[in-house]
Amino acid sequence: MAVTVSIPTILRTHTGGEKSVQVSGSTLSEVIDSLEADHAGLKGRLVKEGTLHRFVNVYVNDEDVRFTGGLEAKVADGDTVTILPAVAGGMR
Amino acid sequence: MIRRDVVDAMVAHARRDHPDEACGVIAGPEGSDQPQRLIEMENAERSPTFYRFDSGEQLRVWRAMDAADEVPVVIYHSHTATEAYPSRTDVSYASEPDAHYVLISTRDPEEHELRSYRIVDGDITEEDIQVVDVVESYMFSHTGRDDTIDRHTTLPDPE
Repeated sequence: MAVTVSIPTILRTHTGGEKSVQVSGSTLSEVIDSLEADHAGLKGRLVKEGTLHRFVNVYVNDEDVRFTGGLEAKVADGDTVTILPAVAGGMR
Repeated sequence: MIRRDVVDAMVAHARRDHPDEACGVIAGPEGSDQPQRLIEMENAERSPTFYRFDSGEQLRVWRAMDAADEVPVVIYHSHTATEAYPSRTDVSYASEPDAHYVLISTRDPEEHELRSYRIVDGDITEEDIQVVDVVESYMFSHTGRDDTIDRHTTLPDPE
């Protein structure tokens, strides 16, 4: 068993074009370290100064991890972690 | 190239949410570059100066697109007091290199301004918008892009 991570288009250069990859970990932080070990450079696109980058949304199954502990959010075997670019902007 | 009814729906959404910024996506088949299915998104900020897709709604919409082999062909939002040009914040968040970023300015109550851009690695490139009237839906079935463009650019007889 493992954790499936769904990769958005913008980050697929790090995964050789793969839309989803299998990793391991029991927290989001461990999942991201596992991602980085297999696909160098991904962590820097997701984490900045110890917290999730504001330009990405990360979900464990259907839950936005911002509401469930951020990098400490629990992940179990068989879960799906989905990464999406945050869509936002403003007039300045 | 975008259908007139889709443009009208986008502008109507921007007008309706004014003075808050409106935002949404137009999905189309992967690889087609044809914006077909407009999805109005909630502006989680409900702000006249900022917009952000609600993260839960975004996940549902993105999954539905994925299941239908669609991609976000257009990502649109309105500026309610400034011109339809991407701000620094817009550029910093732009992360769909294949998407057309459409901005609608509603600062003038009579005349809207609608412009389209590619935003890749922080570089803004404006692009022309071709609005087409579509009567027969088969134009968007499996005819291939060249064929589709020919049908749409039929000009009046020069006589």
